[in-house]
Amino acid sequence: MKKAKTSKFFAKNAQLLIPLIAILLLVIFNLIRDPSFFSIGISANNRGDPVLQGNLVSILNGASELVILAMGMTLVTAAAGGQDISVGALAAIAGSVFVKILKGGAVTGPTVLLAFLACCVAAMLFGAFNGSLVAFFRIQPMIATLILFTCGRSIAYWINGGATPTVESPIINAIGSFIPGIPIPTPILIVIVMGILFGLVFRFTTLSLYVQTVGINQGAARLNGVNTVGIKLLAFIILGVCCAVAGTIGVSRLGLINHETLLINIEMDAILAVAIGGNNLGGGKFKMLGSVLGAYAIQMLTITLYAMKVPSTDVKAYKAVVIIILVVMGSPVVKNSMSRFWKKLKRNHPAGEKEVA
Amino acid sequence: MKSISGNGTLRHREPLTDSQLLLFITIGIFAVMYVLAMVILGGGYLKPQMLFDLLNDNAYLIIISCGLTMVMITGSIDISVGGVTALVAMVGVMILNGNISLFNGLISTLGLTEEWRIVFALLASLLIGLAFGAVQGFLIAHLQIQPFIITLAGMFFARGMITIVSVDPQKAPQNLMDILQTRIEIPWLGSANNRGVRIPARVEIGVVIALVIVILVFFLLRRRKLGRCFYAVGGNQQSALMLGVNVRRTRFMAHLLCGLLSGIAGFVFMMHTGAGNATNATAAEMNAIASSIIGGTLLTGGVGSVVGTFFGVLTLSTIKSIVTTSGLRDPWWQSITTGAMLCLFILLQSVVLMRRNRAKDTTKERGKKET
Repeated sequence: MKKAKTSKFFAKNAQLLIPLIAILLLVIFNLIRDPSFFSIGISANNRGDPVLQGNLVSILNGASELVILAMGMTLVTAAAGGQDISVGALAAIAGSVFVKILKGGAVTGPTVLLAFLACCVAAMLFGAFNGSLVAFFRIQPMIATLILFTCGRSIAYWINGGATPTVESPIINAIGSFIPGIPIPTPILIVIVMGILFGLVFRFTTLSLYVQTVGINQGAARLNGVNTVGIKLLAFIILGVCCAVAGTIGVSRLGLINHETLLINIEMDAILAVAIGGNNLGGGKFKMLGSVLGAYAIQMLTITLYAMKVPSTDVKAYKAVVIIILVVMGSPVVKNSMSRFWKKLKRNHPAGEKEVA
Repeated sequence: MKSISGNGTLRHREPLTDSQLLLFITIGIFAVMYVLAMVILGGGYLKPQMLFDLLNDNAYLIIISCGLTMVMITGSIDISVGGVTALVAMVGVMILNGNISLFNGLISTLGLTEEWRIVFALLASLLIGLAFGAVQGFLIAHLQIQPFIITLAGMFFARGMITIVSVDPQKAPQNLMDILQTRIEIPWLGSANNRGVRIPARVEIGVVIALVIVILVFFLLRRRKLGRCFYAVGGNQQSALMLGVNVRRTRFMAHLLCGLLSGIAGFVFMMHTGAGNATNATAAEMNAIASSIIGGTLLTGGVGSVVGTFFGVLTLSTIKSIVTTSGLRDPWWQSITTGAMLCLFILLQSVVLMRRNRAKDTTKERGKKET
């Protein structure tokens, strides 16, 4: 009975298997290599507060921006059937706006909130620009977002007049690292809040259903009264908000905005997270949990490689090998031939089957 | 815009296909832009050497984009091209330098001269390109994995391998570079310089290679069975399968050829710069995709032409050169203007195609009513 239930669960969530297997393999690999990889300790940070430390914490903490972007990217991928390659540039723009407003006056609670809202609005506007190109003009998402990919970081540069200003304040520090008294890094808490928000939206609105409908068959969705243009636009605007949040975290971590290096190359990782999460990059059905797990798997791989003292410039090559092994294992053709092979084994050794039964 | 309205009247006689329309738009835009640059900026743009310089600098991009166009016509994508180009350039320079002992041994045992290093570098670039194309093509066509992930992994692998091969930038020896950078001189297209000395127009060998490849790919796409299969598979994979096209082999071949062309592009890049560096050909994949798109190739597959791609590369590089020559020297102005121009072209194409489709729909409806 229980077995039937679990198999049903796996049949329903089969796409989560790839990221889960990836994480599991990495965990086993690290256990064999060096069990102390997983040790978590509490130590005092430079302000004397007790905080959690360890590789696991740094994986969860470091993946925060990627996870948030992967969440938004999942929606865009599902609705528009294409990917947004301008997320890194958009996050840089949002971060620049955030710093620009904070530079205008004293850094207090309300001004930080105001700056955050302003950078959200800016990112939503740029998201709407991307979205309207895709929704109204029916341009392929990758091409439409190529525009901001090309010039986004330059716009970020231009917002702050070509400088890389710094912001120093305990509030910014609290967003980027730790809130005094709470041992968990704040970016992890922000990811949890974003996750709960998305969960609530999917639970209580029809957004998820409509997005999947538009992604599966746009014409049919339109004939059924779904506002396809609006849904696509909305997906891009939500991704804009995700970029603003990720940009704010990225700026707060360092206390400065560097338009050249802030979240550089993150768009590729975000798309990879969506793909490893088992989502179809051609749009349609999606599982956001898959993308989140995929993002954590990518970060875990990176941290594992760093722990093995691989130079940061060479990490890419090793990452590529692992990614290829993963997707080859997850590919339908390999899966089918494996299951055929398995059946053949069973047929050749019927005694073994009896023993199991 | 004139050519578009011209096409509108042409339609009654013989309907243009979408790809022909997009091709005409691209060529029109390039011509208008170049003439505008000649009229407004004058100076250098009036000399033929300006056009040859554009070609010299972008020969490698033309070759990459040709390969990418074939892949995009089959409805796939390859973003590893820039990485492969940079890797090939790095390996090529290392072979010219004699840093790879395997080739040193070969040369000393066979008793060959230094110049043979160039041949080995060319062979190595072709092999690396073919290897990338074959592995990626196999994984995409036979294991049916999404092309984006595989080629993204390919890009990561190539970029990572560059720093594994050599962390420091490399420079090829001058005596070999002199051979590689031989220029073809065309005296009758030359122009006088500031002192009144007449200088012949100079074209690099890479440009000739690029043009030959454009013609070969054009011929392949138009006249060969394989090329027609690319369009069939990209248009509708299911119906291509039912028509008896070997879909797997076709997709594999597209990726294999794209890999091979990236290898050649790497060699051409090395011929032009003579340097191996981890940041070589940065964002070349995005520039190549943008050029193909400007040239009228659709990412969804089935539509596209290599002549359009050629003009796409020229258009993109002309935009960049106009921005730099018109005094906006800050790098951020260059990319903001490039983005704005790109936006303009993409919108223009989309609007033209949408109007055309709408016109088609209304004529269809009219036809229905009449019957």
